[in-house]
Amino acid sequence: MAFLYRTARTLLLGELITGMALTLRYFFRRKVTLNYPYEKGPLGPRFRGEHALRRYPNGEERCIACKLCEAICPALAITIESEPRDDGSRRTTRYDIDMTKCIYCGLCEEACPVDAIVEGPNFEYSTETHEELLYDKERLLANGDRWESALAANLESDAPYR
Amino acid sequence: MAFGRGSKRFGEHKRAVKEKDLGPLVKTYMTRCIHCTRCVRFLDDIAGVTELGVVNRGEHLEIDTYIEKALSSELSGNIIDLCPVGALTSKPYAFAARSWELQRTETIDVHDAVGSNILVDARGATVMRVLPRLNEDVNEEWISDKTRFANDGLRLQRLDTPMVRRDGRLEAVGWDEALGAVAERAKGLAGGRIAALVGDLADAEAMVALKDLMAALGSPHLDCRQDGAKLDPAARAGYLFNTTIAGIEDADACLLVGTMPRYEAPLVNARLRKRYLMGGFRIGVVGPAMDLTYKADILGAGPETLGEILSGTHSFCEVLRTAERPMIVVGMGALARPDGAAVLATARAIAEAYGMVRDDWNGFNVLHSAAGRVAGLDLGLVPGEGGRDAGAILDGAEAGDIELVYLLGADEIDMTRLGDAFVVYQGHHGDAGARRADVVLPGAAYTEKNAVYANTEGRVQQTRLAVFPPGEAREDWKIVRALSAALGKPLPYDTLAEVRTRMGEIAPHFHHVDDVAPAAWGKFGASGKMRRAAFASPVANFYMTDPISRASHTMAECTEAFAAASVLPSAADA
Repeated sequence: MAFLYRTARTLLLGELITGMALTLRYFFRRKVTLNYPYEKGPLGPRFRGEHALRRYPNGEERCIACKLCEAICPALAITIESEPRDDGSRRTTRYDIDMTKCIYCGLCEEACPVDAIVEGPNFEYSTETHEELLYDKERLLANGDRWESALAANLESDAPYR
Repeated sequence: MAFGRGSKRFGEHKRAVKEKDLGPLVKTYMTRCIHCTRCVRFLDDIAGVTELGVVNRGEHLEIDTYIEKALSSELSGNIIDLCPVGALTSKPYAFAARSWELQRTETIDVHDAVGSNILVDARGATVMRVLPRLNEDVNEEWISDKTRFANDGLRLQRLDTPMVRRDGRLEAVGWDEALGAVAERAKGLAGGRIAALVGDLADAEAMVALKDLMAALGSPHLDCRQDGAKLDPAARAGYLFNTTIAGIEDADACLLVGTMPRYEAPLVNARLRKRYLMGGFRIGVVGPAMDLTYKADILGAGPETLGEILSGTHSFCEVLRTAERPMIVVGMGALARPDGAAVLATARAIAEAYGMVRDDWNGFNVLHSAAGRVAGLDLGLVPGEGGRDAGAILDGAEAGDIELVYLLGADEIDMTRLGDAFVVYQGHHGDAGARRADVVLPGAAYTEKNAVYANTEGRVQQTRLAVFPPGEAREDWKIVRALSAALGKPLPYDTLAEVRTRMGEIAPHFHHVDDVAPAAWGKFGASGKMRRAAFASPVANFYMTDPISRASHTMAECTEAFAAASVLPSAADA
C-alpha cells in the first residue's frame, strides 16, 4: 500500500507542488530582506560598534585619564598617556585605540567612571588600510561629536538597567 | 530607583579647604586631609624643620605653613609617602602614570654616597618615580628629595649614540668607528702619555675594567678622586664611615670637620638628629656654619681650630675627653684641598688622641659625597708607581705631557685645563665632559645596569636594571671591554660574573653584598703644614650635584625656589 502511495506521489510531481506551494506562500508574505545600505536593520541601545570619546554639554572632554579602560582592555588595544593640563586638571595627551586589536567586548565603557569612552551604534567604518584603523584621540573625539545625540539617547534608554 | 532616592541626605555644611602651595615637590588636596599630623610630626621630628603646623580650631582646623612658603627640607618628599589619604602627593609625578602600569625594581641610589635603598618604578622604557625601600642600617625608610625627584633627569640630555668630533662638531657614528677612532689615536702612544679620570657615579665593574685596561696600556696615571680629595688608600679605615650610619645612634659626642651633612648626605644628617634627640649628644662643627637642624657648637672655620683640638687647648676637648664613644666626621670640604693629606693626618691624630679608635668602637669617619668613590679606592683606582693624581693629570694635559685623557663619567673637573689632549668621554649625560670630548662613548645610568656600588660605610650594594639604556648606549664595563679589544689588549673577562670574580680578587669584600666589612686601622694621611683657609663644603647646591640632577627639570625648579629663599649658602660665602 505504501509502495503505491509513494509511486503515485512521484508520478503526480507531489514534492514539486509542495515546494512550489511554500514558495508561493512566501511570495505573498512581507519581505525581510533589506536594501542595504539604503535600508538598515534596527540596533539595540547596547549595540557595541565604533568607539567615541564624549564631551560634556559645555564642550569639555569627559575623559580624566584614569586609565581604567586601558587596564581592563583584554586585547590591550588602548594606549593612554597623561599629564596635567595648563589649568591643572588631569587630561590625556594621547588616547589611542587600535581598532584591529579591539574585540568589541564593551569592558572599556563598563569601566569608564564618567561615560567618556563609549561604543556607539556605528559599524560602518571599514577602511582600505590598517593604519586608518589606528584611532587617536582627535578621531575619537570627532566621533563623539558626530554621534553625540545617538550616544546620549542610547545611554539614557539603558540607564535604568545600569 | 531600586537603590533609593537620588537626592543626597547630607544637609549640613560641606567642608572644603583651599590647596596650599608647598613648593615644586609636594602637591596638595587639602580637602582630603584628616589632620593626622603625620606630615607635621615628620618635619618636626625627623627632618628638623618646623615649617608645617596646625592652625585654627574645630571645623576650621588646617595643616598650613603659617606663611605661604616652599618646604625647605631636603627630606620633604617623604611626607608624600606618609600621608594616609593622598592629601599630599608628588607634584612631578602627578597624573603621569598609574601604579598598576609600573614595573618595580629594587635597587639603590647613587646621588649621594649613602646608597639609599630605593624602588624604581618604570613604565615601558621610562623611569616614572622613585620610592624608598626599608633598610634600617642605611636610610631607614626615608630618601632625600634629590634621590626621589631627580629621575626626570634620566630621560633628558642623554647620550644615546657614540660620537666622534670632526671639524669641531660631534657627529653620531657607530660603535666600531668610535672605538676605532680611540684606537687610532692611542696607537704608538706610550703608556705614560695616557691618563684616566673616574667620575662620581662610576660603578665598580667599569672601574675594575678601566684599571685593568690602564695597566695593560702601561699607564700609571689613574685617579678616582676627580675633586682632588687627598684620601689615602693605604688603610681602608682611613676612607670609610667606620662607625656606620646606624652606629651613630651609639655615639655620645661628635665632631664634624669640613662637612655639611645636611646637603652632602641628608640621611646621615637625619641619623645625627635622631641621636641628638635621644639626648646626651654634643656636636661640634669645624667648618662652614649652617643650620644642621639640630644644635651644634660652631667651634671654628678652618684647620687652626683642628690644631687646637688636637693640642687639647680648645674648650670642646673636654666634651671629647669625657665621651665614651666619641666620633669624628671628616667631609670632602676638609680633604679636597691642597693640604687635605695634612688635615686627614690631623683628624687621625685627633681620633687616636681622644680614644675614638678601640677594639669595640671606631669613631673615625669620612663622609663621602660621591657614590663611586669608596669602590674606586677599594679597587685601587689611584695613581700607580710614579703616577699622577687628578690635579697632576690636568697639569700634564695642560702642559702637553698627557695626550690622551679617558674620562669615565668625570664631569666635575675644569675642562679648560685639558689643553690639547685627546679626550674620550664615557658616560650617560651630555654634561661638561661630553662637551669637551673628542670621542663620546654612551654608557648606562644607575637604573640601567646591574652594577655594584660601595657606600660611604663601605657597604657593598647592587643596582638592578630597571630599564634598558637608551639607543646605542651600553653597560659601562662592556664599553671598556670592547675598547680593550679595539686597542689590541683584550681584557680577560667577557661576562659580568667574570668581572665580579676579578673584583673579588682585588677586594674580597665585594663578594659580600649588603655587608659592611670591618676595616683595620692603620697609618694614613701625611704630615705637613695645614693652610689657614677655612673649610668649604663641596656641595654648593644640594639639588644639582651630578649630571643626572643637573639635567633634571624638577631639580632646576628646586634650585630656583630654594636659592631664592636663601636656604642654600652660595658658593661665594661657603
